[in-house]
Amino acid sequence: MQGNNNADKLKFNIKNITSHSGFKSLGAALMAIFLGLVVGFIIMLVARPENAIAGFRFVLLGGMGRLGDVLYFATPILMTGLAVGFAFKMGLFNIGASGQYTMGMFFALYVAFNWDLPGSTHWIVAIFAGFVGGMIWGFIPGIFKALLNVNEVITSIMFNYIGMYLVDMWIQNNGVMYNSSLTRTRYIASGVQIPALGIAGSNVNLGIIIAIIIAVILYIVLEKTTFGYELKATGHNKHAAEYAGMQGKRNIILTMTIAGGMAGIGGAFAILAPSAIAGSSMTYEPINIIAANGFTGIAVALLGNAHPLGTILSATFISYIQRGGTLTSLVGFKPEIIDIVVAVIIYFSAFAMIMNSAIARFIKARLGKDDEKPLQETDSENEENTVEDEEVIKKETEKEAE
Amino acid sequence: MENYIVEMLNITKEFPGIIANDNITLKLKKGEIHALLGENGAGKSTLMSVLFGLYQSEKGEIRKNGKKVTINNPNDANELGIGMVHQHFKLVEVFTVLENIILGVEPVENGLLELEESKEKIIELSEQYGLKVSPDALIEDISVGMQQRVEILKMLYKDNEILIFDEPTAVLTPQEIIELLQIMKDLAAEGKSILFITHKLNEIMDVADRCTVLRKGKYIGTVDIESTTKEELSRMMVGRDISFDVDKEDREPGDVILSIKNMTVASKTHKNNAVRDVSLDVRAGEIVCIAGIDGNGQSEFVYGLTGLEKLVSGTITLRGKDISKASIRERSASGMSHIPEDRHKHGLVLDYKLEENLILQRYWQPKFQKNHFIKFNEMRDYAEDLIERFDIRSGQGPTTMARSMSGGNQQKAIIAREIDKEHELLVAVQPTRGLDVGAIEYIHSQLVESRDAGKAVLLISLELDEVMNVSDRILVLYEGEIVGELDPEETTTQELGLYMAGAKRDTEKETRHAGE
Repeated sequence: MQGNNNADKLKFNIKNITSHSGFKSLGAALMAIFLGLVVGFIIMLVARPENAIAGFRFVLLGGMGRLGDVLYFATPILMTGLAVGFAFKMGLFNIGASGQYTMGMFFALYVAFNWDLPGSTHWIVAIFAGFVGGMIWGFIPGIFKALLNVNEVITSIMFNYIGMYLVDMWIQNNGVMYNSSLTRTRYIASGVQIPALGIAGSNVNLGIIIAIIIAVILYIVLEKTTFGYELKATGHNKHAAEYAGMQGKRNIILTMTIAGGMAGIGGAFAILAPSAIAGSSMTYEPINIIAANGFTGIAVALLGNAHPLGTILSATFISYIQRGGTLTSLVGFKPEIIDIVVAVIIYFSAFAMIMNSAIARFIKARLGKDDEKPLQETDSENEENTVEDEEVIKKETEKEAE
Repeated sequence: MENYIVEMLNITKEFPGIIANDNITLKLKKGEIHALLGENGAGKSTLMSVLFGLYQSEKGEIRKNGKKVTINNPNDANELGIGMVHQHFKLVEVFTVLENIILGVEPVENGLLELEESKEKIIELSEQYGLKVSPDALIEDISVGMQQRVEILKMLYKDNEILIFDEPTAVLTPQEIIELLQIMKDLAAEGKSILFITHKLNEIMDVADRCTVLRKGKYIGTVDIESTTKEELSRMMVGRDISFDVDKEDREPGDVILSIKNMTVASKTHKNNAVRDVSLDVRAGEIVCIAGIDGNGQSEFVYGLTGLEKLVSGTITLRGKDISKASIRERSASGMSHIPEDRHKHGLVLDYKLEENLILQRYWQPKFQKNHFIKFNEMRDYAEDLIERFDIRSGQGPTTMARSMSGGNQQKAIIAREIDKEHELLVAVQPTRGLDVGAIEYIHSQLVESRDAGKAVLLISLELDEVMNVSDRILVLYEGEIVGELDPEETTTQELGLYMAGAKRDTEKETRHAGE
């Protein structure tokens, strides 16, 4: 009797876990990655058939030997991913992460060069300045959206350009920051650089840890607080949110401001990262190019299903695959090939959910022929089977990797 | 052996956590109108979806003219001559009537569309069955009733002989309903077999030959309409006696709770004000009903009252406090509860769980949050309490997604939330729209209970029966103005109808009196 009860409870738990929405979206993301890799491999096969297998091995495993770098490059795109995903939870498409990122970077640089602070706090203040810079650049589209109902996509795209040109202009006009003969910013003092984590051959630094903590905080804000409750309610149904007396306009501004702040921190992390070469530092070249990390953030957020914790995984994954991708040049591939593969993965993530349910149906049909299961259990079992299937896929990917 | 055109035998269909159809048998004779009756969530739509090929049943079989058939998708159904008019029409708004009807079976000549022949066939069909439509009109330009005729023509054009109507009258005006029922009778007389899904008993008594009743996914029985009564049908449907009258005793109203003076609200669709100079009082312990034909300013009146829309002019006083300019939250906190007209647009966040929806108006109160952190245990306990007290049924209790609940239970959830919230005034806007008799009876009893507890209730309704049965006082809204005040005990439906149609109105003096 008791054993039976326990078994029931266990089954209930498994069902609970597998039917959990987070779990489903993880499954969908894995599916997207798998399909993206397959198509990526086909593209490589077309481009250089003789080296495709060697190249694909770099894509899959190249990141392994450079895990420190994977985390280092994941740091800024994790932040821009959070910037996009957080706003997305409220139904806002923050395409302006690039501008916010650049603005945050400039604010951080400004504090790094112009403020005189003790070494142990200087980098913290600089990161905070980046946060403020990004917030300002998120706040303005937020205001436009809330008060004048101007589409945030349009304003934030415009603000990518405005932010980038402003920053380039400010830097070029500032002799303390700009080295005109090298057309880049001067080296930042080592005391303002974020402490490295001490992994040999890599610039990975405290930034990644702070970024992960911020992601967890965002998760808590979204899932546990009344603000998160309001934000998601507005994202799902803004009419119901209004009916319930939520202050939609205030929340739009707040959300965009926070989102901008996230991207701003990303910019600060990128420019304040320590350099492996003594006496040097990261630099910025004001050459009128919009920061790519902002757009990568859109991909990161999509693949992570706008979930803060999912974003940690997706940022790491995209960074991993990009690291591996750069190595494909050793066998004659252009690094751009990896950009195509990443794009394909994102493309597939859009209908990964559909794929997921299609597979569930397929298995259901197959099971129905094999043996008659008790009807009441079919559903939970199907879900478990889908999961198993994904594990198979994972194994397959690993196999291919070898 | 009788001549059945379609037989659905022992159909069983399950969804996660719920058996939608449990061993259901339905037999349709040729040329009959067969009603399928049941409460919301009884499994009517599921059964029809199985017949139409949208779902596959786990058990049971379908026969056409005695032969077993397999229907895997709507195309299979079409080939067997089964057509369906869905509750929400499946029409392309920017296409013409003609283009919509031929969609999927476009006649082609040398790779080009050949429309003339189809047009003639459509005109012929529409004359034969009295379905007046103009083939070249755009769908977006024609009325809902007309759109429905297009859906019917679509079935006829494909020579379907078994026609499924899924709650066809829910979207129609009373006049259009009469026309539709006549069309259905004509179709049956021409030899078409009709399955008519509804929960409106009057319509069944009017047109159906036989009726199959489902309750909670189970088959209850099939009866001949000639030998049954409305009461009998409703007992089969709900499983107990239903009173069509609302039980309520007379009450002496108390203090004025809500006082509206000269309220004017702008319209979103035209330049004139939708609500003009409306004044009224609602007292504690009375149900005041605002009656009127849809589109006479009811929605705007409610928006103005509840704060969803700004007033052009006028004042609203709730328990002596001026709330004319107060925010929605302030109005809610000072004792206004609001059961909104559109439960999907305003009433619920469909992608939130039931428990999250139940605290939608209260999540900010200290009971449910501390330092801005939601108290999840409190939320769960509260949801379980409301679910039990208000008998809200759902697949997974508090964690059910609102989207997956039946309409009646979604409405129950809203009503539970609004009634349980501390309030002095309950604004209920078409609270029974689209619901079955069991749910309607329940909601009416809740309104009366609220009144008896000393609350002021303002009911906005389009249903004459509801207006006459539930209210203590009727105010008629016509073109944004209150044109009359009636006592449901003394007036008749006919007189009320005249007021609603604008054919009669109280004199200026009387109207002003009504506002005091």
